[in-house]
This record gives sequence, C-alpha cells and structure tokens, in this order.
Amino acid sequence: MEKPRMVPRAMFGKIWDKHAITTAGDDWALLHVDRVLLHDLSGRAALKALADRDLQVLAPELSFATPDHAVSTAPGRTGTSYPGGAHLWEGLKTLSKSSDIRFFDVGERGQGIVHVMGPEMGIVQPGSTLVCGDSHTCTNGALGAMALGIGSSELAHVLATQTLWQRRPKTMRVTFDGELRKNVFAKDLILHLIGQLGARSGTGYAVEYAGAAIRALGMEARLTLCNLSIELGAKIGMVAPDEITFAYLEDRDFSPRGALFDRAVAHWRTLASDENAGFDREERVDASLVVPMITWGTSPEHVVAIDGVIPDPESAPDDMRRTAWRAALDYMGLQPGKPFIGTPVDWVFIGSCTNSRISDLEEAAQIVRGRHVAKGVTAWVVPGSEQVSRDAQAQGLDRIFKEAGFAWREAGCSMCVAANGEAVPAGQRCISTSNRNFVGRQGPGARTHLASPQSAAAAAVTGVISDARSLVHG
Amino acid sequence: MDKVVTIEGAAAPLLIPNVDTDKIIRIERLMQNTRQALGQYALEVLRYDTDGRENPEFVLNREPYRGAPILLSGSNFGCGSSREGAVWALLGAGIRCVIAESFGEIFYNNCFQNGMLPIRLEAAQIASLSQASIPMKVDLTNQTITAGALKYGFEIESIRRDALMEGVDEITRTLRYRERIADWQNDDRLQRPWLWEPVALRRT
Repeated sequence: MEKPRMVPRAMFGKIWDKHAITTAGDDWALLHVDRVLLHDLSGRAALKALADRDLQVLAPELSFATPDHAVSTAPGRTGTSYPGGAHLWEGLKTLSKSSDIRFFDVGERGQGIVHVMGPEMGIVQPGSTLVCGDSHTCTNGALGAMALGIGSSELAHVLATQTLWQRRPKTMRVTFDGELRKNVFAKDLILHLIGQLGARSGTGYAVEYAGAAIRALGMEARLTLCNLSIELGAKIGMVAPDEITFAYLEDRDFSPRGALFDRAVAHWRTLASDENAGFDREERVDASLVVPMITWGTSPEHVVAIDGVIPDPESAPDDMRRTAWRAALDYMGLQPGKPFIGTPVDWVFIGSCTNSRISDLEEAAQIVRGRHVAKGVTAWVVPGSEQVSRDAQAQGLDRIFKEAGFAWREAGCSMCVAANGEAVPAGQRCISTSNRNFVGRQGPGARTHLASPQSAAAAAVTGVISDARSLVHG
Repeated sequence: MDKVVTIEGAAAPLLIPNVDTDKIIRIERLMQNTRQALGQYALEVLRYDTDGRENPEFVLNREPYRGAPILLSGSNFGCGSSREGAVWALLGAGIRCVIAESFGEIFYNNCFQNGMLPIRLEAAQIASLSQASIPMKVDLTNQTITAGALKYGFEIESIRRDALMEGVDEITRTLRYRERIADWQNDDRLQRPWLWEPVALRRT
C-alpha cells in the first residue's frame, strides 16, 4: 500500500516515483522498465549489440517483439518478401527466440505496428513504464502508462539491466474543454495543438492530456492523440486511466484475469493526478472550436484548418521560420494565399501507428462506402496489426475499401516511413493519416499532408483535398 | 566511444529550425549500410541534388566549412525519429559537436551514447558565432566556446559531461546496481502481481 501523501501528485510523478530504483544528481533516476517493445530496426539492433558483447537479456518475459518497419505489406507477403528487410526480420526472429523473448511473426495474431500491437495484446498497462526504440512509443501513454522512445544504445541498456537512466522531465497539462464537433477527431485535436504551440513546445515535458473532451474519447482515439506527443516535442504523453481504459483492457492476451484483474483495477484507480496537483505548465484548448486540420508544409507545426488558405512566408514570425516556410512551400509545390480545398492529390495512405486501428478504418469507411477512388489516385489501407486486419474483415470493411478501388494490405508501418520499399513517388502528393510530413519521409521527394482518416478518405474519392464534412452520408 | 574534451575547427552554420532525423539520415540508408558507412549520407537531401550531384550552395560543400567538426543550427535540431543512425551519420561526416537553440530529446540523449557533444545556446549567440572567425574552440572541461574575440559559456549536466569526458560504458556502470534491481523486482512482484503473472515464461 502507498502511504497517504500530503503533497498532491500528478499521475506522471506517481509513476516516476514508484519506478525510481536509485537517484543521481540533477534529478536523474535509474527507472525500472516494466515493458519493452522490439521491432525489426531498433529491436534487432539492440539485441545484436547485446549478443556482440555476450550480455544476456535480464528479463525476457517483459519484452515483446514483432517485425513492422521493414516487412512488405503486399497481400500474401512473408518475412522475406521485401529483400532489403529480410535480414532484419530474420535477425529479430532469431535473436528474440535465442533470448526467450516472445516473437509475433507475420501472419500471426500479435504481429503489427508495435504501438498498435502493444495495447491490443494487453501488454501495456496503466501505471507501467514502457520503452521501445521508436519515437512514437509515446502512443502507449494513452493507457496511463509512462511510455517513451529511446535510441538503440539506450535500448540495449534496458535489455541488459531492465532499467533506464533518465532525467526527470517537467510536467505539462493540456486541458481540452468542451465537446468535439461532429466529424472532428483526435487527430484534428492534436494537430491543432501542435499548430498552436509549435513542434518544440513539449520538449523537456511529460504531457498529460485532460478535460471533458479527452474523457469522452474512446481508447483508440486516445492512442492517436498521444501518438503525436513527440511531434509536439514531448517524449511522453499520457491520459489518466478510467472506466474506458479498464473496459478496453479486460480479456486481452496479457491482461490479468479474474480476481487479479480486479486488484489491478483498484490500483489503476489511484493513478490519476490528484486534485490540486501542480504542473510546471498548463495549457487549455476549447475543443468545441477545433475543426478538421491538415498540414501544408514539412513540419507538423505547419498546419491549418482544411478549409483555410496556404500561408504566406511573409507572415512568418521570424527570419529563420520565413526561410523554413519558403523552403517548405517550394518542396510541397504550393502557392501561398490559395485555398487548400481543391488541391489535386496522387496518393492516399490510411495506416500507421497514428491511425490504423479499427475505429480509424470505420471512420474512413463512412466516407468511402458507395463511392469510388477518383481517377489517377492510388489509395491504400494498411491495417495496423494482424488483429485489426482480421476484425476489419469480420466486419466487411475490407470489402468496402476494395470495392471502392483501395488496395487492402497486410499489417505494418509501410508508407508512413517507407523503410520497406513502399514509398510515394517523388513529386507526388499524398494525403496520409500518419504522423510525419518531413522532407522525404514517405520517400525521396514525396509530398505529405497529414490529416485524419476521414479527410484522407475524402481526398481519395474526390481526387482533391476536400472537407470530409461535406461528404458524410446521411 | 571516443572521449570528448576539446573540439576545434570550423563551425558550419545551418541556420534553420526543425532539422529532423529523417533529414539527417534517410531510413533506407540505415538499413543498407553499416554504421561506419553512414557519413557519406549525412544530410543527404540538403547535400546533394536530386541527380546525386553535390549541391554547391549547401554549407558543408563550401569552403571553409567542408569537413567542419562543429554544426550550428536553429531550434529543435534532431526532432522526430529515434534513429541513433542520425548521430552515427553526423559523426561519420566528421561532426563532433552540434550547437543549436534546442534539440529533439531522443537525439540529444543519443548524442551522449556516442561521444557527440550537443550544446544549447541562445539564437543571438548562435548568430554571432556564425559570423565569428575560424577556428572555433569548444572546451568541455571549462564549458566554454571561443571564436576570435567571442567567448560564451554553456550549460551541461555534470553527469553528462563526466560521461563524455571519461567515455564510461553505461551498461557496466548500471550492472553495479544489479542487486538493487533484483530487490525492486522482487518487491514489485508482490505489490503488482498483475504486471508479472500474465507474462511469466514457462521454462522447461
């Protein structure tokens, strides 16, 4: 039992304090790591680094491995279908098995993008600490976990010691008041926030998302929200666990069962930030004012309302950003001052650890049903995991997309990061439900606009950037 | 890991914000190359034209900045992906120190794992350094940067500075806490069995 405390604590502080095995100067602590996710790039690299030094994985039962980045997502693929990634798939598989780490192979439940698979398998739990050699590990904070991305050297350290040295970050709470409008989604909320505060505003902070609009979000929407914390600059994003979280976790593969689940829930209820807990920074957003958002440039902070106009570098706040905005517009092939709606698109990608879960596919299908992909547009759906793929097929979602002319693919990161050869061709414009619009992110010369699954679906069926709200059936 | 004490040479100004790690090293280069071969691809999208020729306008392709060991940049340098290859690529290109207004946090941490020194300075100081005479000298012992008549101090956490200067191996250091880690885990198995029992391995 935790002793009653006089000082109210934020959720982040409760989890940090619990996991600090020892401390050092300047607020540093050696934290226990409760869960590790391993993928074919950094996971394989870290396991190999350990093997090369003849070091053992300290607690293999706490690590979970699956290939996601470098495997093909072509229908009927195997681990070696993409030749450039075959050695990474093979390496992760072999090294996981020789270390007694659970490995979920292509075609098996459990395979998928690590940040889709982790929550859906019940691996991520409220109050736990979790790391992965992947910046979007912050996604998993949606369950009330302290989840952060690290490099592969730090990951090797975690595998060898089940701990990580970290400097305690400051805390920021972002409160989203009010109610989201119809056909506005978690993706729009977080893009709006990044646009308001900037892509480095979260640097040095653990961010907690709170408020009525967050409490009303389902678990998958919360995962989308937390996913873009790193695009705000924050390694950690969290939502306090509540009834929605507990219901989500019941009966998952690695969730506790029966009386143990009840004990866990009783503990999870103590994790939310105490009333009057202090935060180093507080921000408030009126969620009822947020509209569908889309990025125009090459940083996620380059974002506007979808019915807005492409910004003019002359209005940039300083010289450095003026230079960056000009370069971004040049790269994106856009003219300042023009309305966004009506801009022709070549590709549509629905997938990634941001927006590839079943609710994302359902939202996109609302727009796609009974329509067809516009001429000249290539549109893909890449489910986030084998489980999402199976659930979608059970509901007939795959048929809706295929009948509309979308390609229905196997689970993986695919075109979000183009590590598996699946890339947007140079100079082509892609509306993507992913998280990064960086130069070359989706392939050399590719032009990426980030938006919600409904906005992506709307672009697919109209062939131009469109306001999905005008296409919603009924 | 090479120890870092002083770094001396030209400081190349790349004065733009948000130089992300995808821009520093493309992901397929990481997959196809060993760590040692990444230097030629560092900042590839800026260094080369689309046809693969050197972009003569790019700062690291111009004298006196070719091969510069110090890079000056804007805010949020190294934001984005956690890929440690971003640090390896810059090291491979000869850069040992990046001075920027702010850094992506994971990149910042990765620097210290690899003997790269990241320094945060104010925008105005970086602007002045970009105009200063060459060479610039970064002294980690005294935490100073000097270039001609300019001299600035910089902040770095002592735990970080000592690690860079001594080149200590973090895993070896942490394994000294092995017993405390085991004690913590044994306590936690009793306090939070729901985190341990569902994942327990059945070993034969």
